[in-house]
Amino acid sequence: MADARAAGATHPAAAAAARAAATAARDSHAQIVATLIRVTGDWTLAEDCAQEALVQALRRWPAGGVPANPAGWLMAVARNRATDVLRRAAVERRKLRELAALAPTEEAPPAGEEEVVDDRLRLIFTCCHPALALDARVALTLRTICGIPTADIARAFLVTESTMTRRLTRAKSKIADARIPYRVPSGPALAERLPGVLGVLYLLFTRGYDAGGEPAFADEAIRLARLLESLLPGQPEIPALLALFLFQHSRREARRDAAGDLVPLDRQDRRRWDHAAIAEGLALLGRVREDGPYALQARIASVHATAASVEATDWPAVAGWYDALAARAPSPVVALNRAVAHGYAYGPEAGLALLAEARSGGALDGYSLALAAEADLTARRGDRARAAALFRRAAEQTHADAERRALLDRAAELS
Amino acid sequence: MKYMMFVCTDTEPDTDQSPEPDIEAWVADNDARGRRLDGHELAPVSAATTVRVRAGEVLVSDGPFAETKEMIVGFDLLECADLAEAVEVARTHPMARNGRIELRPFADLG
Repeated sequence: MADARAAGATHPAAAAAARAAATAARDSHAQIVATLIRVTGDWTLAEDCAQEALVQALRRWPAGGVPANPAGWLMAVARNRATDVLRRAAVERRKLRELAALAPTEEAPPAGEEEVVDDRLRLIFTCCHPALALDARVALTLRTICGIPTADIARAFLVTESTMTRRLTRAKSKIADARIPYRVPSGPALAERLPGVLGVLYLLFTRGYDAGGEPAFADEAIRLARLLESLLPGQPEIPALLALFLFQHSRREARRDAAGDLVPLDRQDRRRWDHAAIAEGLALLGRVREDGPYALQARIASVHATAASVEATDWPAVAGWYDALAARAPSPVVALNRAVAHGYAYGPEAGLALLAEARSGGALDGYSLALAAEADLTARRGDRARAAALFRRAAEQTHADAERRALLDRAAELS
Repeated sequence: MKYMMFVCTDTEPDTDQSPEPDIEAWVADNDARGRRLDGHELAPVSAATTVRVRAGEVLVSDGPFAETKEMIVGFDLLECADLAEAVEVARTHPMARNGRIELRPFADLG
């Protein structure tokens, strides 16, 4: 946050207060926005009031000190602001009454209080509603739940800020016009909707994790997965997804070299992996009793995360989890990765046979990673010249610079 | 005979400058004759949601079922003796000139 940095340049105490404000605002943003949306039904008003509360905190905390309950303070300021705006607009008395009933003191509600918990979940399920376009769901989640500035979201989506503003406005209009309910589905409907919510989180994570992505989005995805995990117990795919995120995120320091290029798994310095994140992922996964698609992906990632080296990897275990994943959630990319795993577990011939099978549908045509996998298996079979040619062809097909350089390096090593 | 009358936009409306029929009068007249049973204007396509079930899975998506320039903006449920009467009702609707009207008889489940 620019304001926090500006304040920090001059007074250490003021900087500490500004940091406290930024942290409290980040932690309570979803709760404030979610509650105000429920009461007022006005998404923009809710976001503006949460923002206003942060501005007030940055102005008043450096001089007056950080309040004992920062989250409660912010909620109270946001609520008062909403009351003022609505009163000025002279709107319905019912909304004002509900606002008045909302946390009248500056005390935070007790942890785990039903209504507050519900509000954040309601917000998540509404932002991730399938009646919104997929990109709109991700953008709305970032803006409304995470409080990411529209300009930052626009940059990640490679559009102008005004285009992103329009897209967010359209999504909010659709919610109002189509009467998308502000509700957490229950019973069978929850099971039906949860994969869609987790899919948005997954997309959010990959937006932060992919080459050229916004690294902060991966952190937001993890924060949201933690929030879901605490709010919706008994849904095994949530801890499974969180574990998957943690395993992938544990490699963030090791997966780029000094030039910013992608370092493949087999060449990463495993001492630089975040072992605390790995331990947390393993603990989460240990509690999952029923394996859905995310649990299976997390189990695959956990085998890599606990191996001391590529050679020490339990490849038959990886291949076995891929067999289960291919049966449970078949896709061309899963079939490709399964072939690679079998290649390491049972030799390049086994891998090439499964790769040919995976490619037979044509879905992997023009996919650089399929060619790269064939090149790698061919190299390990001993056919270096053919492998080098395949790596070069794979390099021609990729659009990512770092990936192209990595593939050309492999080709050069073999020639 | 029941007809579902879809009121749609059209990219090439009529350019005739003669006064447009009044929608309120059209509704009142056809209601009085008992040939308009129900009907309403619809919210814009931006509020549309499409629902499908495939292999037991519910697929809900944003937008109308078909991405076309023309869109359904309203409907009327008609009770007419035959298509001739339904066309008579449709041709006097203002959107027959500004857009187009589609008449769909109820399927005969005899």
